[in-house]
Amino acid sequence: MESRLLSILLGSACLLSLVAPIQAADTPQEQVIQPELDRRVYTEADIDTEDFEVGVFAGIMSVEDFGSNPVYGVRGAYHITEDFFLEAAYGRTDTEKTSFETLSGAAQLLTDDQREYSYYNLSVGYNLLPGEAFIGRNRAYNTALYVIAGVGSTDFAGSSHFTINFGAGYRFLVTDSIALHIDARDHMFELDLLGENKNTHNLEAHAGATLFF
Amino acid sequence: MDIHKTLVAALCLLFSAVLSAGEGHFQAQITEPYLELHTGPGRGYPIYYVIERAEQVEVLKRRTDWFKVRSHDGHEGWVTREQLERTQTLAGVATDLHEPGIGDFSSRRWELGVMGGDFDGADVLNAYVGYAFTENLSTEVSFTQALGLYSDSQMATINVLAQPFPTWRVSPFFTLGTGVIQTNPRVTLVQAEDQTDQVGLVGVGVRAYLTRRFVLRAEYKSYVIFTSRDDNEEIQEWKAGFSVFF
Repeated sequence: MESRLLSILLGSACLLSLVAPIQAADTPQEQVIQPELDRRVYTEADIDTEDFEVGVFAGIMSVEDFGSNPVYGVRGAYHITEDFFLEAAYGRTDTEKTSFETLSGAAQLLTDDQREYSYYNLSVGYNLLPGEAFIGRNRAYNTALYVIAGVGSTDFAGSSHFTINFGAGYRFLVTDSIALHIDARDHMFELDLLGENKNTHNLEAHAGATLFF
Repeated sequence: MDIHKTLVAALCLLFSAVLSAGEGHFQAQITEPYLELHTGPGRGYPIYYVIERAEQVEVLKRRTDWFKVRSHDGHEGWVTREQLERTQTLAGVATDLHEPGIGDFSSRRWELGVMGGDFDGADVLNAYVGYAFTENLSTEVSFTQALGLYSDSQMATINVLAQPFPTWRVSPFFTLGTGVIQTNPRVTLVQAEDQTDQVGLVGVGVRAYLTRRFVLRAEYKSYVIFTSRDDNEEIQEWKAGFSVFF
């Protein structure tokens, strides 16, 4: 706060003083800025490290037996090396009635609350095919095709389920700090809704944008 | 008049310095025959420009082990850590990009980690934050989700950890803690109710320093769940995972 006030004061002082003596500035140009003023020395510790990436995504998720619906989520990643990164993600989607419920008319497998599907996961990614993409003659963008797999938990049908996810994605760096993603993921977990345990595959495709910091 | 002008100039300079604080960059001087600029932060990106000895570069940012630099004539590219370490500062000292090492591991303050494993037959996911008071003593807040066939549970605990040999690369620790566990039986089970109980735990584990800021960690914990029934429940848990320290 203090430094902001100082900035404003100094700023107005500069502006006033520069505006006021216009008529007096008839002498030839002379160097007014003294170059021997002390400058701040930047050290190795001032190098800005940009290994973290955060962002949002939206797409479509198909929940086995329960239809395909829009999915939204947030993701954060930490880049350990040029090859490996860790990713944490949270997403949610709604599900629809199964065909059985629609056809039978009255039978309801789940309440409205239980139909909400949300997941979180922690995954390890590997930049399998790093490269550059060219748009026209003068523009090159860094990209990477990555594979990713991890574990997490899915909240669906009234309980939480241990979930394995794996998939692949494409990262397109618009600038060094802004990236666009396209991602396809399979979320696998066991569901015993219909009396017997069943391994379900829930496919998600989404696009997103992230910021490196 | 001159004094007035000088004063104004000084003020303006100060003002712009205040505004641009954080805009400056570390400058390095090349001492090897040349510095290679890649088009991207990875080993496969081609070298598209070379800066010669004695020139200076501005180091703009770092991503993993790559540094983005700008030459005085405006070329920007990515340089490996190995090459940047062989430059010097403008003061003539060798550039020191301080890589965290095992010494930082024993003097760490914060530790953030995730683990997975087995909680009495259920799959368990765990995340924790630790703070070290001394090299030997630290405290941890830990969140656990156990996902079993018949129930899933969430548990939050606070623990105290003693690490008798903090300077060892593979260093054992002992822990004691307490917290709460909430158990939610599967909806497909009949007549089951959610319940929240207090837990106490004792555990033993090992941290192994990997590289940079990374630590591998494995632990065994024995829990006593103080249930509202007549008998307390005892649960054994095995977990392994990794953490980052700061």
